[in-house]
Parts: sequence; C-alpha cells; structure tokens
Amino acid sequence: MPRVTPLHSRVGPLCQGSRWEEWSGFLTATMYELDHLHEYNAIRTGCGLFDVSPLLKYDIRGRDAVTLMNRVIVRDAKKCRIGQVLYTTWCDDDGKVIDDGTVSRLADDHFRLTAAVPALHWLQHNAIGLEATVEDVSEQIAAVSIQGPTSRDLLAKLTNADLPNLRFFHCTQADVAGADAWISRTGYTGDLGYEVFVEPQNAVKLWDAMMELGDSYQMRPAGTVALDLARVEAGLLLIDADFISAAQTMFDVQKTSPYDLGLAWMVDLEKDFFIGQRALREEKEKGSRWLTVGLELDVTVMEKFYAEWGMPLHLPDRTWAEAVPVFADAAQTKHIGRGTSGTWSPVLKKYVVIARLRPEHAKPGNKIFIEEVIEAVSYSVPATVVKMPFFDPPRKKAWGAEAK
Amino acid sequence: MTQTYDAIVVGGGHNGLTCAAYLARAGRKVLVLERRHVIGGAAVTEEIHPGYKFTVCSYVVSLLRPEVIRELELAKHGLQIHPLDHVFVPKEDGDHLISYPDPAKARDELKRHSPRDAEMMPRFTEMMYKMAYAVKPILGYVPPNPNSLSLRDLRTLRAFGKHLNGLGKQTFHELTKIMTMSVDDFLAEYFESDIVRSMMGLSGIIGTMLGVKSPGTAYVLLHHFMGELDGAFTAWGAQKGGTGGVSEAIASAARSHGAEIRVEAPVSQIIVRNGTAVGVALENGDEIYARTIVSGCDPKVTFRKLVEEKELPPELVTAIDKFKYRGSSGKVNLALDAAPIFPGMPDPSLIKGSIDICPSVDYIEQAYDDAKYDGFSKRPCMEVEIPTTIDPTMAPPGKHVVSIFVQYASYNMPEYGDRDQQREAFGNAVIDTLSEFSPNLKDLILHKQVLTPWDMEDKIGLTEGNIFQGELTLDQLFCFRPAIGWADYRTPIRNYFQCGSGTHPGGGITAGPGRLAAREILGEEF
Ligand SMILES: Cc1cc2nc3c(=O)[nH]c(=O)nc-3n(C[C@H](O)[C@H](O)[C@H](O)COP(=O)(O)OP(=O)(O)OC[C@H]3O[C@@H](n4cnc5c(N)ncnc54)[C@H](O)[C@@H]3O)c2cc1C
Repeated sequence: MPRVTPLHSRVGPLCQGSRWEEWSGFLTATMYELDHLHEYNAIRTGCGLFDVSPLLKYDIRGRDAVTLMNRVIVRDAKKCRIGQVLYTTWCDDDGKVIDDGTVSRLADDHFRLTAAVPALHWLQHNAIGLEATVEDVSEQIAAVSIQGPTSRDLLAKLTNADLPNLRFFHCTQADVAGADAWISRTGYTGDLGYEVFVEPQNAVKLWDAMMELGDSYQMRPAGTVALDLARVEAGLLLIDADFISAAQTMFDVQKTSPYDLGLAWMVDLEKDFFIGQRALREEKEKGSRWLTVGLELDVTVMEKFYAEWGMPLHLPDRTWAEAVPVFADAAQTKHIGRGTSGTWSPVLKKYVVIARLRPEHAKPGNKIFIEEVIEAVSYSVPATVVKMPFFDPPRKKAWGAEAK
Repeated sequence: MTQTYDAIVVGGGHNGLTCAAYLARAGRKVLVLERRHVIGGAAVTEEIHPGYKFTVCSYVVSLLRPEVIRELELAKHGLQIHPLDHVFVPKEDGDHLISYPDPAKARDELKRHSPRDAEMMPRFTEMMYKMAYAVKPILGYVPPNPNSLSLRDLRTLRAFGKHLNGLGKQTFHELTKIMTMSVDDFLAEYFESDIVRSMMGLSGIIGTMLGVKSPGTAYVLLHHFMGELDGAFTAWGAQKGGTGGVSEAIASAARSHGAEIRVEAPVSQIIVRNGTAVGVALENGDEIYARTIVSGCDPKVTFRKLVEEKELPPELVTAIDKFKYRGSSGKVNLALDAAPIFPGMPDPSLIKGSIDICPSVDYIEQAYDDAKYDGFSKRPCMEVEIPTTIDPTMAPPGKHVVSIFVQYASYNMPEYGDRDQQREAFGNAVIDTLSEFSPNLKDLILHKQVLTPWDMEDKIGLTEGNIFQGELTLDQLFCFRPAIGWADYRTPIRNYFQCGSGTHPGGGITAGPGRLAAREILGEEF
C-alpha cells in the first residue's frame, strides 16, 4: 500500500476521481479533475501546482563533496557554482545511463541530488575513501513545483527572494510563505517555473498560501498526466518511457548511453575521472548506436488512413510511452529505430514524438515513417526529424529586465 | 501610391487575413486594407478599459478549420485555444443544469432532471456527431453552380453523394429532419426535460432572428456541432487573449510570407475597367493597383457598396438585396473588480466555464417575441464567459473581464429613442437580467461596453449587425451563399473575388471562406 505525502490532507480531497498512481512508494495524483486538459492548459497559460514530494533527494556534504559528485555524474561538478543547478545523467561502468536528475550546489561543500531511482547505496559506495557523507533526505524535504507563465508573479507574492534575477537552473534559499525554503528555477515542463523545497511540517502552509492566490493567477493543481504531456513538448526524457535505467535491466540491448539519448552536450570527457568515462570515450570515437531526436508526424496522411475505415482522424490527447517501430521506407522494410513517447501537442498543434533512431537517419529534416496501427492494421505515417525541444518559449529562460 | 501588388484584400477580418496568408504563401505580393485601426473584424480583441482586454465580438472557437491551423502553422504564430470547462445553466427556481465533459458526471446531473434524458444524451450526441461528420466534408468543398454544372462541380457532387450514401438510413433521415425542423421540435423528439431542451436549444438560435420554435433552427444547432479542438469533435475553446488572438496569429502567418497589412485604410471603391477589377480607391483618395482584388467584407459591402450597380447583372443585384441579415444579437463586455458570484452555483469553480442564461424553453421563446417587432428581449438569453478565469493576460490579477453574448436585439429599436438611448436601455436589460442570477454583479462593474446590432454595423461593418455576415439559414448556405451562381468566390467582375463569411462555409471563426477563396484564385497552384 503506497504511503501519502505531507500534502495529502490537501491534495487528497482535491483529487476528484481518486485517480492516483504510485511514485517512489507514494500516492501521487494523475489528475485532479476528471480530465487532464484544463490542468495542461493551466501550465501553458496560468500555472500548474504539483506535489512533487516523492522526488528522491540526497544531500552530499563534506570537504570532498565536489569530488564525489564529479565521480558520479557526467558533467563537471567543479564548474557548478553555489546556487547553480545542473541537469545531468549518471552512468554505470559501461557508460549506460542509470538515471537522470538535477544536482544543486547549495554551498561549497553541499550538493543536493534529485533522482527517480534510489541511489543512496550507489552514492555511498562511491564515497568510499572520500571525506563526504551521503544522506537520503527524501522524506525530510517536501516539495511543490509551480510551473507556467504566471508562476513567477504568484510566487513573488509569497517570498522575499529576488525572483526576476533568479536565472534558469539556479536556486536560492529564501523565505516562502513564512517558511524556510529552497527555490529552484527548474521543472519538468519546459516553461517558466519553480520547485520549492520545504520541511514537511511547512508543506501544507506553503500549499495553502499558493492556493489562496491561485484564482488570481489562473493556477490549478495538476497531476502527472498533464505533466507528461508538457514534458514531451519540452523534449524532456522520462525514465521507463524514453529509456530504461541500466540498474534496472539485465539486458544490454535495453541500456542506453547519454549519446544514445541525445545528451552528448552534457558529457564532459575532459574532466576528472567519472564512472563510465572510459566507455563513453570509446563510444564517442566509434560512434553511437542511437540518437534521440524529435519527430513531427504528418497528420494529413494519418487522416487519410483513418478515412479508409470511415473514421475521423484520431489524435492522442495524452502521452503514450511505448516502443513504436520507425522505418526508413513506407513499405516497412528498413527498421531504423523506435518512437519512445509521443502525443498531440495542443500548444503546437502538432503530433510530436520523441524517438531513438540510427544516427544516420536522425538528421533534422530527414523524412522517415512511423507505424500507426489502425483497426489492427499497420500503417506508415510520414514524419520529419526535428530538433528538440518542440516547445521552447522565451519566458522559460528570461531573467533580469526581461523578466519584469 | 503607384505601387502595385499581385493582390489586394479589402477587409482585415480573419477571412481576409486567411486569404491573404495563402496568397502570400504562394508567392504573391499581397496587401490587406483594413478600415479600422485594428485587424480582426468580428474576431478582435481591444483594450477598451485600460488594463482590460475585451474579446469584443466573438468569444469562443471551435469551427476553425484544422487544415488552416496546419497549413498556416498558426500555433507557431500564437494560436492557443483552451478547452472550455462546463456549461452552467441556472434555472429561475434556483435549481440548475450543468453540462460536464465527464460522461459519468454528466449522466448523474441529467438524472436529477430526467433519468430518461440521462440515457438519451449519449445517443443524441452520437447521432449529432454522425451528422456533423456527414456534413463536414461540405465545409471543404467549393460549392457547385447548379445552373451550369462543370466537370468539377459534378465531381464534387459525386464525391459528396458517395459520402452520404455511406451514412446509413437513420442518419440520413435525421439529417433531413435537422435541415428542416425547429430546434425545439427536433430536441423534443429526444428529450423530455425542459431545461435540457432549453440548454441545447440556445445553440439553435444564435445569430438568427428566429425562435427555438421556428423551422430551420435545428440546422444552426448542427452548425455548432461541426467544430473540433485538437481532434476532439464539437469541443469549444477560448483563444488566449480573446478571439483577436486568432486574427493576430493569421496576420502573423501572412506577414511571415511577406504580406503587408495596413490599418485605417478604408476602401471606398473597387476600380473596374472594362469589366475587370484593376485596383482600389481608398477613402483618402489614394489609388492602389493590383491584378487581383478580393473582398473579405459581407455581400452587401462587396457587391453594393464597393462596386457600381452597372457592373453587375440584375439577377445578382436582386439576390444580394434579398440576402437576409437581420442582426439579432448583441454583446455586452464588462470589466469587473472581482469575480462575480452566482449563488446557484454548487461549485464556485464553475465560473471557469460557460454560464448560459436560458432557464426554460418558454423563456427563450419569450425573449424572441419581445424582440421580433423591432426591439430587444426584456429578459434576454445570454452566453456568459469570464475569459480571465483561465487567461491571466486579459486583466490585472484578481480582476476580470466578462463577455456576454446576448440574444435577441433588433437592428432597429425605435421605441427606445435615439441610438445612444437604445444602447443604454439594452445594456441595462442585460445587466439587470444577469444580476438576477449574480446579485453582486452590478457592484463590481468598472467599465461596460454595449454593442447593439446597429453598433456592430457601425463599428465592425457587419450589415444590420448580423454576426455571420448573413443569416445561416438553409436558403443562404452552400451554393446559395451569397447567391446562386456566385458561390464559387468569383464575381461577375473579372479578377474581383469574395472571401468573407458571406460565402461558403459561412459564419463563425472558421477561416474556411478565406482558404477556399485563395484556392480558387490560385487555381492549380494550391
Ligand atoms: C458579437 C459576435 C459574437 C460572435 N461570436 C462568435 C463565437 O463565439 N464563435 C465564432 O466562431 N463566431 C462568432 N461570431 C461570428 C464570427 O466572429 C464571424 O463570423 C467572423 O469573425 C467573420 O469573419 P470575416 O473575416 O468573414 O468577416 P469580418 O470579421 O466581418 O471582417 C470584415 C472586415 O472588413 C472590414 N471592412 C469593412 N468594410 C471595409 C472597407 N470598405 N474597407 C476596408 N475594410 C473594410 C471590417 O472592418 C472588418 O474588419 C460572432 C460574431 C459577432 C459579431
């Protein structure tokens, strides 16, 4: 039986259809209303409020904290200034991705890592010989995420932090709704947004303060279905959808490297030793098996396929996450990869898919075909390779004068 | 002044802009001339009160053709439509009916009024979907000319005949009924509860000077079922920033293809030489020349104001003069200090949806009776939306704008004095009536904008204030829109075309006429 988060007294009654799922052992709302679209739209027009307390959080402290971080993540932790946040992956010895998450530098000798897959043992194991402690603080810190264009204005009403000058992927300690908090300008929506971390006993106070202002900023509590739609638009990968943790599968074929996932930009081969470095160096030289890119489907062709059955075009109104075959040709003779998650994007008015393809077919502009099964018959829908993120509004990163 | 263009579009309504965007996309050098200081026509957002943006006329979107969204990449240019929540219909006895998108919730709510209707609703909706699906392809056809069927006309008819054949008998029978019956008679065949019939009946009379019991209104209901949102049939939504945002997105697409858009540029006349349009004369005396001239204005302006009678065959003149406008709708927009409270609402978040004032079938019919002899409904029917409950860009935080679409108001209301007095009296009737359902409304009003049909003609250029550039009755649709023989976007004047909602597929924010007209102008190139 999953447990409930510190916000359950609030999110529980709001979840109209009791549509819960489990996240790291806790109940989390998939949607609060009976349909996710209003929540989704709030994220893009007003803002959405998420209870993200189940996020796994680890505090790494000590003189060698930076050395430990550098040993485990593929990015250079030394370059992470205090108050900066890095999005990163960590890999096994073979350079295969175990998980992705954020690393925040809260002090010179203090990092906080967020994760989806439990990492305490692994972090502690790698700390052997270092003057660094690792502590699982997942249940000592509750968190809400407020995401969308009005998030800054709403949050500004509750905090003394200088929000316009808090840059994308930076964090700051501040008072929020009378509680001591960390505000991190991060999220999983590709929009303007913040994650606010507080002690569990202050979580309800924070939530209530935000809800109180909600109507003036068109905020809605939002669940994971709306979030999943937004994250695909933002081109953000999801574990167990777009990749499988190397720690959670026995089969090499199911493992992926950061290069496979289109995350080459984050792999710093020049920095100090990190786990998987050797394998990744080799892979860089030899070339990767895959490349993760975006696809835009041609729905006019899809519409014709549906019309063959006397049906109108059917578009997914939420994200699907399964392996869908991709081919170089309409006849489906040359298999070149898979779609890993996809959805109709209401904000883009496009059918977008995150896909992992053979690199030679993954150039932007390349035309390929993705399978669509209609009435148990396989069709080839033409699609174009595009760069991700699909949706990238300027407000996501705007700061200083631009943020007023 | 002597600069020439490939095409000039007269009128920067959303259809004129759509036509311009397609022409520009095909490489044409295009100029749009809009009379007002803003583009958009009836799809326009204006900051009427400082800090408060009003979706001045139209307020919800559903009929916008998906192919236009795709081909002009409107999302990239700012199109962002939010599905609307619920419809809340308060009754006069304090009870209410709520239409929920969730089927189980909707059924429970309907059951309170009639268990039979609760069961009937999904069947009715399915039947309406089927009919909408049946009729929808027409929206994408250029209407044939029954006087002289060309090869293409025959092809169109054959394709459509084939499509209709595939529908099955029952849908076909229902289709015949919906084309001819009154909306209330049609609904009464399915539903017993008065409030259910009045809630849906309201969609049958929008924009027409007809009552729920007048034959022909059932079709208007179907017209409202023809839209879609992200592939979801018949869903209605609100554009971010009001419907002016749709026009702005189309304009941005047009500009990205090189079109030039000028505001405050009223056209006084189309310059015609030897039966061929060669340019336009502006009210300020400027003349601009182009190979093609397109009018996005309504049929009266297109044929009777912008060109001289002698250029047109008498049958067409007669047909255009007979074309019915009879504006019947008004609009009241309010800036409010806080959210209005509806005591009858079981859940305050219902203000995020539509609030429909149509408490009974007789109420709607009475509203019609009041207005039909030149006047307005003493207690009008209304569709109320509060866009600020979902879109923060339209008013300061905590403040609201309210869009009230009102049925019925006549073009002439001599009983109430001069135009200013008429507007005042009409606005008061609307606010008084709405206050019956929301007692704190009046205390919150910071500013009000009232539009009678006459104001819509005066402001937006809609003849007699008809919101659709001409009534959407069967005798004015498809190959009859605007006149038989001239429904293919052409005119008797060579190189002079029409693209407003006075042409097929008609009114509403559809962009259909603009696209089809561009297709005709461009011929094979499309
Ligand atoms: C009050 C109201 C509410 C409505 N509500 C809805 C709704 O909720 N949903 C919906 O889908 N539809 C609604 N409609 C209908 C819809 O808005 C219209 O059918 C549609 O916007 C018409 O677009 P158009 O481009 O064909 O013509 P118009 O918008 O009429 O554009 C014509 C343009 O031509 C310009 N013009 C006129 N004469 C000249 C001249 N001589 N020179 C230069 N320019 C000129 C006008 O200023 C105007 O901009 C509503 C309409 C009204 C009036």
